[in-house]
Amino acid sequence: MSSGLRAWFDRTWRGLLLGVMTLFVVNVGLMIAAVATSSFARRWLGTWLPEGWTTNWYTAAWKEFQLGSVLWVTVEVVLAVVLLALIIGVPAAYTLARRNFLGKRALMLLFLLPLMVPPITYGIPLATVLYKAQLAGTIYGVILANLIPAAPFVILVMTPFIEQIDPNLESAARVFGASTAKMFWHVLVPLLAPGILAASLLVLVRTIALFELTFLTAGPDSQTLVVALYYAVFAAGVRAPQSVDAMAMIYMVVTLVWLLIALRFVNPTQLVSRVKEQPLTA
Amino acid sequence: MKSADALARPALDRTLLLVVPAAAFMLALFVYPFLYGLELSFEPKEGGALGNYRHFFTTDNLWPTIWTTLRLAIPATLINVGLALPIAYKMRVKTRYQRWVTTLLVVPITLGTVLIAEGALTYFGPKGWLSQTLQLFHIYEGPIRLTHNYWGVLISLVISGFPFAFLLILSYITGIDPVLARAAATLGADPAAQFRHIYLPLLAPGLAMCFCLSFVQAFSVFPSAVLLGSPAGPTRVISIAAYEAAFEQYDYSLASAIAMIMGFVQLVIVAAVLAMRNAFYRGPVVGGKG
Repeated sequence: MSSGLRAWFDRTWRGLLLGVMTLFVVNVGLMIAAVATSSFARRWLGTWLPEGWTTNWYTAAWKEFQLGSVLWVTVEVVLAVVLLALIIGVPAAYTLARRNFLGKRALMLLFLLPLMVPPITYGIPLATVLYKAQLAGTIYGVILANLIPAAPFVILVMTPFIEQIDPNLESAARVFGASTAKMFWHVLVPLLAPGILAASLLVLVRTIALFELTFLTAGPDSQTLVVALYYAVFAAGVRAPQSVDAMAMIYMVVTLVWLLIALRFVNPTQLVSRVKEQPLTA
Repeated sequence: MKSADALARPALDRTLLLVVPAAAFMLALFVYPFLYGLELSFEPKEGGALGNYRHFFTTDNLWPTIWTTLRLAIPATLINVGLALPIAYKMRVKTRYQRWVTTLLVVPITLGTVLIAEGALTYFGPKGWLSQTLQLFHIYEGPIRLTHNYWGVLISLVISGFPFAFLLILSYITGIDPVLARAAATLGADPAAQFRHIYLPLLAPGLAMCFCLSFVQAFSVFPSAVLLGSPAGPTRVISIAAYEAAFEQYDYSLASAIAMIMGFVQLVIVAAVLAMRNAFYRGPVVGGKG
């Protein structure tokens, strides 16, 4: 290849990639803007912009979809999931980071599988079991179901984090006579705080957006925001599209606020994988 | 003979107990339901042990759902991974730009498929902005049909799947030491050769993983297939069939059987991809920065 041809090829290739990327981002951005515009529209039928503006759809959506109670359920579910996932996950991550034992690989597989298998595949047998245990349809069932991907996620985020903490610090605490509980509380928890913060924010954002498991296990009064949104879109013919869009905006704002908070502490790639960009040096 | 290390520790390491709650939780709520579902699927309402499976493969609105789902999931995965690889490769160098793009792309993932479906109905609909723009520039006259059909679901799978594939591949690529490529360049490798002989082999495990995860997600598409597709016809995917069996016909046995078939098909594709990657490259993976 001559150098002129290669330069031309390089430029075209770069332009093409930039074009694809721009096309994607612009269209997704406009899609969100369309929902936002519609939620403030008095009437919007086949024109560039609506005929008039109003905020009435928000009050309408709030009343129609009982958003007050839905939001409260969402808060309860998300907080419970984050807390329980930490309580179950952090000690397990500690063991996995510090000890080698028989069956460790099998255990790791057990914690990896729920993140690999999509929720709807295991959600249906899970819902069957929860219905039999009379937990489905209640908020407890929803919390249990949401913990299945959340607890392993905490383990996978925390394990590499604990690995890079110097074990000598723990030994030193032991030498001075600290019990396991004291050592955990006074040495490990402060050192782990950034990791725990990151893990809880990641679980929080993922749980708000997790649709399938809540959908399969929730009853009428244990719906989270995303499931309520699904039902609103599903029955869109019945209600004004603007009111559904107003609800979508409320959901979007709730999610994005937490995403923005999370992104101050975590890398965006951590939301999809546990591969660390750079190992943190202690 | 016990080693010195084993003698120094008590017979039962109490630290190991810390993993018990998590393991018990996963066994009770992940493994047990799965096994229960598997057993339930062999106890149909009527017919022998294989009654549900026979029913699935002989009923006209059930077995074709496998093909319907594959017809959506495979193109969506190929588009997502195919687009994500070159773009992530281009952005492997850490810049301020990279942080911005990753932040932008994480938005569609966190918003989730339900919101994407609602947005797409408004934006890609016959009276949406896209349609109006195309008409304005006379690219396509008449209303476009991108919602309530196959294309709507495919678009939603790309919108939610592409950022996922991109971020995953990016995190694998940035884990590869750039010194390796620089060494190759010193030996006279042009950028194409560097990609072909350095990055691609090191990326193979990550790419295979990314392909599997993207595929499995696309294969279990549910909300957008209902909201944005035509759930009675061309986008009647397998998860809709399973949902209907469980929550509309209350036949949990059949629903479990469909869920098992769904899991099995995913497993087959994942195994095939991993086998392909082994045929493609086998050897030590030394991609870490340390």
